[in-house]
Amino acid sequence: MSYPFHADLGGQPGHGPVTPEPEGELWHEAFEPKAMALTLAMGATGAWTIDQGRAARETLPGYAQLSYYRIWLAGLQRLMAERDLVGDDEVAAGRMLHAPRPLPRKLLAAAVPAALARGAPTERPAPGPARFTVGDAVRTRSGHVDHHSRLPGYAQGKPGVVMHVHGAHVFADTSAQGLGEQPQWLYTVVFSGESLWGAEAQPGLQVSVDAWESYLQADDGAPP
Amino acid sequence: MNHDHHPDDHSHLGEMDLRVRALETVLTQKGYIDPAALDVLVDTYQTQIGPRNGARVVARAWADPAFAAWLEGDATAAIASLGYTGRQGEHMVAVFNAPDTHHLVVCTLCSCYPWTVLGLPPTWYKSAPYRSRAVKDPRGVLADFGVALPPATQFRVWDSTAEVRYLVIPQRPADTDGWSEARLADLVTRDSMIGTGLAKEPAA
Repeated sequence: MSYPFHADLGGQPGHGPVTPEPEGELWHEAFEPKAMALTLAMGATGAWTIDQGRAARETLPGYAQLSYYRIWLAGLQRLMAERDLVGDDEVAAGRMLHAPRPLPRKLLAAAVPAALARGAPTERPAPGPARFTVGDAVRTRSGHVDHHSRLPGYAQGKPGVVMHVHGAHVFADTSAQGLGEQPQWLYTVVFSGESLWGAEAQPGLQVSVDAWESYLQADDGAPP
Repeated sequence: MNHDHHPDDHSHLGEMDLRVRALETVLTQKGYIDPAALDVLVDTYQTQIGPRNGARVVARAWADPAFAAWLEGDATAAIASLGYTGRQGEHMVAVFNAPDTHHLVVCTLCSCYPWTVLGLPPTWYKSAPYRSRAVKDPRGVLADFGVALPPATQFRVWDSTAEVRYLVIPQRPADTDGWSEARLADLVTRDSMIGTGLAKEPAA
């Protein structure tokens, strides 16, 4: 079965205009602050990786219809249910029905500022020399893969140029599948508007993505 | 939040409120979370970590060419020197607008955003219209924000597809020579640091 990826929106037509909002407007429904905090607090337990979190959200059946924090909350419940941490029966009952399972960490109130200030850097020691360098012509992988991945559809199978080498980073694809960090070199690759959108591209447009090394191949100019 | 004043009256609560309340109870009973940590998290993003952080970074860059050069070469370290580090800002890149180039930041795949300097992302940043159009029609997106750039200005769009986070340094408005950093920071809007706006002009 193919990976039900509902979040790959770049270039998709028909979504209408953007609705700006004032700078101080953080919440739109009363449940949202708690939904944000619950998600961060459970993320801090180490029960799943940020990539597993993204995978749980982007494959939710109702993704396109749900508001952002509804996606977060549904993703949170799914991540916990998959790991037998919290059952939907417990959410419905509003109380614990099954014994807790051990988790790596617990985020205490006093530790929040330090935990946020530390974050979760993803750079790792390089597994080997970088295959590409700034200025190299590359072509991105074409075709979809059947798991969480971070190469948007609009940028697949496209010629681009490496403009920055970011060091080796946790590989989102394996991290999301529970296959470990398997760090890879990460590059910023820039594409011309024409190569992405053809004749309808806005003049002078350039778009970049951040791409792990296995998303890329050297571009020898031959057709893909 | 209004409902906090009626803890026993569920008739005021919608389905989502009941769900987060149930989750908080269950997670607390199971010992997975410290409920006091939730309040600290919410308070932090409501009062401490927001776009005024980024505005101070921009103002420093405008006022201090050495800082701007540092920001261009190693944004993570330069921003950390002002005290802004950590979650969703672990690996920062600053991009500088110029008369001929306008930068715009998006995450087409989810909602990756530089939390350390801009706080929580606005709703539109996470929405389908922005995520779908920013990489193809940035000029049209800016029009939705009431911003029109000269036809010759070229757009440079950054899709945040990994853990690198981008901060746009808007152009410094004219007639601000000699301004203090605090005064300059007041001209820096959140949208100008995403690329959907420009810095404010000094009041006449």
